[in-house]
Amino acid sequence: MSDIAEVQSFTVTFIIRRFNPETDTEPYWQDFDVQMYSTDRVLDALHKIKWDVDGTLSFRRSCAHGICGSDAMRINGRNRLACKTLIKDLDISKPVYVEAIKGLPLEKDLIVDMEPFFAAYREINPFLQTSAKPEKEHIQSPEQRARFDDTTKCILCAACTTSCPVFWTDGQYFGPAAIVNAHRFIFDSRDEEAQVRLDILNSKEGVWRCRTTFNCSEACPRGIEVTKAIAEVKQAVLRGVR
Amino acid sequence: MKNFNLEKAGWLFMRGSGAVLIVLIFTHLSVNLLSDGGVKAIDFAFVAGKLANPFWQWFDVTLLWLALIHGANGMRTVINDYVLREKFRKGLLVALVASTALLIVMGTLVVFTLDPCPVGSPAELLPSFCPVA
Repeated sequence: MSDIAEVQSFTVTFIIRRFNPETDTEPYWQDFDVQMYSTDRVLDALHKIKWDVDGTLSFRRSCAHGICGSDAMRINGRNRLACKTLIKDLDISKPVYVEAIKGLPLEKDLIVDMEPFFAAYREINPFLQTSAKPEKEHIQSPEQRARFDDTTKCILCAACTTSCPVFWTDGQYFGPAAIVNAHRFIFDSRDEEAQVRLDILNSKEGVWRCRTTFNCSEACPRGIEVTKAIAEVKQAVLRGVR
Repeated sequence: MKNFNLEKAGWLFMRGSGAVLIVLIFTHLSVNLLSDGGVKAIDFAFVAGKLANPFWQWFDVTLLWLALIHGANGMRTVINDYVLREKFRKGLLVALVASTALLIVMGTLVVFTLDPCPVGSPAELLPSFCPVA
């Protein structure tokens, strides 16, 4: 009955960037050796540390299944969701570095202040605007729906915006996530206020700040082609929505 | 000018000038370095000969302006990205604009006013192709 091989277990070293605003003046790196299975995720390692080793370790997580967007963090220098990063996909012969996402104010350990991120999101009017009275459904063809399908996948985890080098140095920049969510409504055939959003994103801190670095597309845990969406918004500013 | 947007204008300029510069730069390189004896043929007479021709004057001036403005706009974004102290950033931008403007003015002057054989200069300072006074 032993044809099912025992799941392999091994020791993985995690080096986590810690910061407690009440006692520390500067963040510091702390390492933890954790017994892991190849089926585990980075989030499981954080749980093991918090539950069994050091209860003061602070991080956000809600659904733990890649939908709520709470646990975006920098894992080995790349923005990932801890709940979607499998141990077997990391090089565990070396330590795994985990730190908070960059460009937003660090609050504690792996937690940052997300308010500037959501402020930019709110500025682009992320809701359907239409003059029709809500008496019957808005008709939309599958082709019209497909036009903005990619950008409906966003979970607002901030992995893209905090991987953007422009956002790191220019906190005023709207950032990829806000533009993605503007794209979702700009190209929605039912929405009537695309021009308002385009005018907002045509501002000094709007889409023209984008340097096409592709960090955001690489970082998106939902596989959204973020840089492509930004390029489409640039084209829409220049030529109108098509 | 209410709708003028420097970032948008810059973004468009970089793409337009970039496409033109590819043509200009490779034409410049092939004419100077490959054709007619190649790189060894370049000397004062070669340059003076080119700058005596109105076609190459306008070609070189276009290349000069586009390359300098394209490069300066790139430097502007680099400065905006990396320099966080506001006064230092402003200072660098002023220096960038001043040096770019100086190079454009001097370059344009040279292209249109170059006289390889100025009248009244001592013969030993003039290139050999100049008519002996």
